[in-house]
Amino acid sequence: MARRRAIDCLRRGQTFARKATQIAVLEQAEASAPKDIHNIPDERLRLIFACCHPALEQKSRVALTLRTLGGLSTAKIARAFLDNTSTMAQRLSRARAKITKAGIPFVIPQGADLAPRLGSVLTVIYLIYNEGYGATAGKYQVRLDLCAEALFLARLMVRLAPHAAEAKGVLALILFSMARRPARASQQGDYVSLDAQDRGLWDQSLIDEAREILDQALSLARRGPFQIQAAISALHCDARRADETDWAQISDLYLGLYAIEKTPVVRLNHLVALSNVLGAEFALDKLLEMRGQNEDMQDYQPFHAALADLYRRAGQFDQAISAYERAIEITKIDNERAFLYARLRFAERQQRQKKGRD
Amino acid sequence: MKYLAFIYGAPDAGPQMDTPEMGVLMEAYRAVEKTFTESGAKLAGEALMPVETATSIRIRDGKTELMDGPFTETKEQLGGFYMFECETLDEAIALAKQIPTVEYGTIEVRPVMVFE
Repeated sequence: MARRRAIDCLRRGQTFARKATQIAVLEQAEASAPKDIHNIPDERLRLIFACCHPALEQKSRVALTLRTLGGLSTAKIARAFLDNTSTMAQRLSRARAKITKAGIPFVIPQGADLAPRLGSVLTVIYLIYNEGYGATAGKYQVRLDLCAEALFLARLMVRLAPHAAEAKGVLALILFSMARRPARASQQGDYVSLDAQDRGLWDQSLIDEAREILDQALSLARRGPFQIQAAISALHCDARRADETDWAQISDLYLGLYAIEKTPVVRLNHLVALSNVLGAEFALDKLLEMRGQNEDMQDYQPFHAALADLYRRAGQFDQAISAYERAIEITKIDNERAFLYARLRFAERQQRQKKGRD
Repeated sequence: MKYLAFIYGAPDAGPQMDTPEMGVLMEAYRAVEKTFTESGAKLAGEALMPVETATSIRIRDGKTELMDGPFTETKEQLGGFYMFECETLDEAIALAKQIPTVEYGTIEVRPVMVFE
């Protein structure tokens, strides 16, 4: 009995020592964020896997990764999420406490454990990129530091797991997206949609790099959602003009993606691609069917924007205008609102022209 | 670290009493019990009688109050538990994933508090 108690004591001592080390590691990491990709100590890789552990809430994973590995200030992360600094500070400290108290390990998962855990890290990396690329609310601005951080982490994961096709997939996807960034805003800072972008502004060297990485990924013959999205980006980049886009292949790829990720946004993108193959009326029917099956669509801005555009292309201007109005009503991003207003005016002009002809 | 795995399930989900499926489930539990015991990670593990047998107790202003039933009325009820000794949460999750009820219920894993 005494021996048992002694062991218990010893174990508690060890546990305590380990926790103290973990907290120190988390704090030290925040103080120094090395950016030399060829010289990343294993300790930092272990940190990524701890920060992106699936036992943490997804938003906390993103915030903690930015704080711990990106060295971003709590205030800056709070701004990215439109939270106030104290709320974000609380979130971060809750996440750190869970890591230490629940015994989330600082290890690089091995063998069969690596793939799912890597998946969680890749998702966090892509969320960081998206947060930087297109603000989810407020004034639109490309937050380059978030994009650069995501790019750095994606490159790091490719180095860590050279045989993981999805790591390469997410890196290629980010590179394709960054390549098109210069064309995404007009000189006045307005949002420019893909079909209206000046393709001469796309960064060809980034596109070339993205293509090479995507080819490497596909040669590993392990398909995944990031690779499919990167392949869709590649097809957009292949087209010298918007009307040369291979929509049939893009539509097929979205269908493949939907088989893996049954989300409304994938379905929506598939139908938009399909409308360029089989016509606006066909896609419109499918889109209305989708609304019938999914109540959430009522408050989903991209749905109404897509619906409006299909109505407009099908010549049903009254419906188009009211769908644009609904999209404008629910968008939270200033630049998106300006873009939707421009589309609304365009639909109204087309309607007047049609009436003039009648 | 010690972890407690709470086994939650709705009574109408999963195999019902006196069905062949229940036999399969019990067999799965026997198999996992063996695995847990052999791994040395299992410190304790019990199934509980249904919530109809539960009595909730509290003392307020020195007065003992007894209530018929569980503390919270939820669809999913606590049906049993395991206590494991593990190095990390990952190890505890790896064990919890093997509890057969995970297929139709929910397993909650929590570290046991250590008073230093």
